[in-house]
Amino acid sequence: MSQTPQTTPPLLELRKVSKSFGAVQALKDVDFVAPAGTVTALVGDNGAGKSTLIKCIGGIHPFDHGQILFEGKEVAIHSPKDAAHLGIEIVYQDLALCDNLDSVQNMFLGREIRNWLRLLDETPMEIAAGQTLRDLNVTTLKSLRMPVASLSGGQRQSVAVAKAVLWKSKLAILDEPTAALGVAQTAQVLALVRRLAESGLGVILISHNLNDVFAVADRISVLHLGRMAADVATADVDSQEVVELITTGRYRRQPAHAVREET
Amino acid sequence: MAVAIREYLRGYLGRVRSGELGTLPIILGLVVISIVFQNLNQNFLTAQNLANLLVQGSGVAVIAMGVVFVLILGEIDLSVGYVSGVGAAILALTVTGQHPWPWELSVLAAVAACALIGALQGTIVALMRIPSFVVTLAGLLGWNGVVLLLVADRGTIPIDNPVIVGVANSLLTPDQGWLVLIVGVALYVSFLMGQYIVRRRRHLSVDPLPLLAFRAVLVAGLGAVVVYVCNENRGLLVPIQGVPVITVLIVIMLVILTVLAGRTKFGRHVYAVGGNAEAARRAGINVAGVRIAVFTIASTMAALGGIVLASRLRSVDTGVGGGNILLYSIASAVIGGTSLFGGRGKVVHALLGATVIQAIDNGMGLLSLSAGAKFAVTGLVLFLAAAVDALSRRGRTAAGIG
Repeated sequence: MSQTPQTTPPLLELRKVSKSFGAVQALKDVDFVAPAGTVTALVGDNGAGKSTLIKCIGGIHPFDHGQILFEGKEVAIHSPKDAAHLGIEIVYQDLALCDNLDSVQNMFLGREIRNWLRLLDETPMEIAAGQTLRDLNVTTLKSLRMPVASLSGGQRQSVAVAKAVLWKSKLAILDEPTAALGVAQTAQVLALVRRLAESGLGVILISHNLNDVFAVADRISVLHLGRMAADVATADVDSQEVVELITTGRYRRQPAHAVREET
Repeated sequence: MAVAIREYLRGYLGRVRSGELGTLPIILGLVVISIVFQNLNQNFLTAQNLANLLVQGSGVAVIAMGVVFVLILGEIDLSVGYVSGVGAAILALTVTGQHPWPWELSVLAAVAACALIGALQGTIVALMRIPSFVVTLAGLLGWNGVVLLLVADRGTIPIDNPVIVGVANSLLTPDQGWLVLIVGVALYVSFLMGQYIVRRRRHLSVDPLPLLAFRAVLVAGLGAVVVYVCNENRGLLVPIQGVPVITVLIVIMLVILTVLAGRTKFGRHVYAVGGNAEAARRAGINVAGVRIAVFTIASTMAALGGIVLASRLRSVDTGVGGGNILLYSIASAVIGGTSLFGGRGKVVHALLGATVIQAIDNGMGLLSLSAGAKFAVTGLVLFLAAAVDALSRRGRTAAGIG
């Protein structure tokens, strides 16, 4: 399993971040690390705080307390624009694409290339989109110019992920990328996730499906009731242990912090 | 080459099956309507009637072009009829009287006032998130009231400014008609070829050449028929011949708005918001700004349409902007193929739909059928168009496309 050398700081590091909504403490003193070139799975039961954590990283609502370090420097993320500016791209489960637009239009949405007349310049956009998809080995698309409504779930997810690569994001956060997909399409998207990490991006994968997590993740971070229950290397645990962590927040062999130091 | 065409046809059939019908059904519909009316009344396909048809439908066509943008956004604007009335009333009041304004200033005042109305309604829809149906329904009532207040004590305001009257009533000379056609077709062909060459050079997929040739011939042929028919002498006492100026103006508006919708960042964002507003927002698009701009465009086009209608009648009265203008404008956009569900539609649909409606209206008028019969048939056609839209949408869902 790949591991960032200790000399370079991790791509994203959260230190003791907290977030509450009124009386509800959604996150409490959470530490979280997502190194570059690594797939970090974020798992936890419903209501454990996964979505809140992601939304805070994405700038949809800010953390109440705690530090965010991006590439070793402390940063403030107050809006989705701040996150995008840092190179954080979130691929949402259902809300990533406009069905009536084609793949190229979706990948360049909000960042269209224009020519000297300030009209859309389709040629470079189509070339760049096609190149990115080919680099990611997404070869099943028949046409870049069909509305994405006509694509399969896996293809749509691929286009959404490719957008992160096209924009040279440093950190891609994938929210349940395989939730609605069949077996073959899931494999296709997981392979894509692996390639993203291999191309040097930091990837945070949120998933309910432990098969997916064990298939691609290098590390697993488990949230339980708003606290970080464990942060382990995938190789050191089996799925039974992770299920236990998710449901009870405990771990029968050793306490979580001990596992972390050991890896 | 044959392979390329077969590939294209297969792609086209695939799109039809998945609900992307394009403009083919509407063109076929027009052909059927023409054949039926010509069989019932030999006057339908005469030069005089066809030239009439072009002018009769022009006001509604202009308004409908703005409506297309609102429908693409997935909203509705019920106020365009009376907003066009407000525009026409402002124009008539300022360009006539004892101290008439120059026509340019009057047109500017009418268009600016309506643009403001659109911006106001758009802001309410975008920021207060009150459904556009209700906001523009209030607009329909309110602007009807404003029209009555503006015009009331004058009854009917005759317009005598030659430029304003000329908008819908003047003709090009036959030679000018051909010249405009040749320039227009040359520009269209060079655009098609330019795009083909650029994409070919970069190894991107291109439509097969024969298809491009077919499109060019179709546009040139249609244009040539229009110019030829309009250049026939249709006067009884004095010669009347030539292409109506308003037809050329409409084609220019069509080109400008088509470029706005299809080739600008703003146009792309309108489609995106209409397709999935939340995805558009997360892509960093100013969704509220897009909504406000679209309602402003609709009202601006309504003002221009109102000016065309006033020009054709050479006057404005208390009924301006009323009657079937609103219903015909929205029906034009929908019959032409713009989806009521948002996200899909083209500016040219407004023109095609307006032509269909006007052909029905005009053809049934020639048969001396009552207004009731006209409305009933137009309603049926509108229903058919909406049904095709809904069914094609279901086709997409069934194809797993939703």
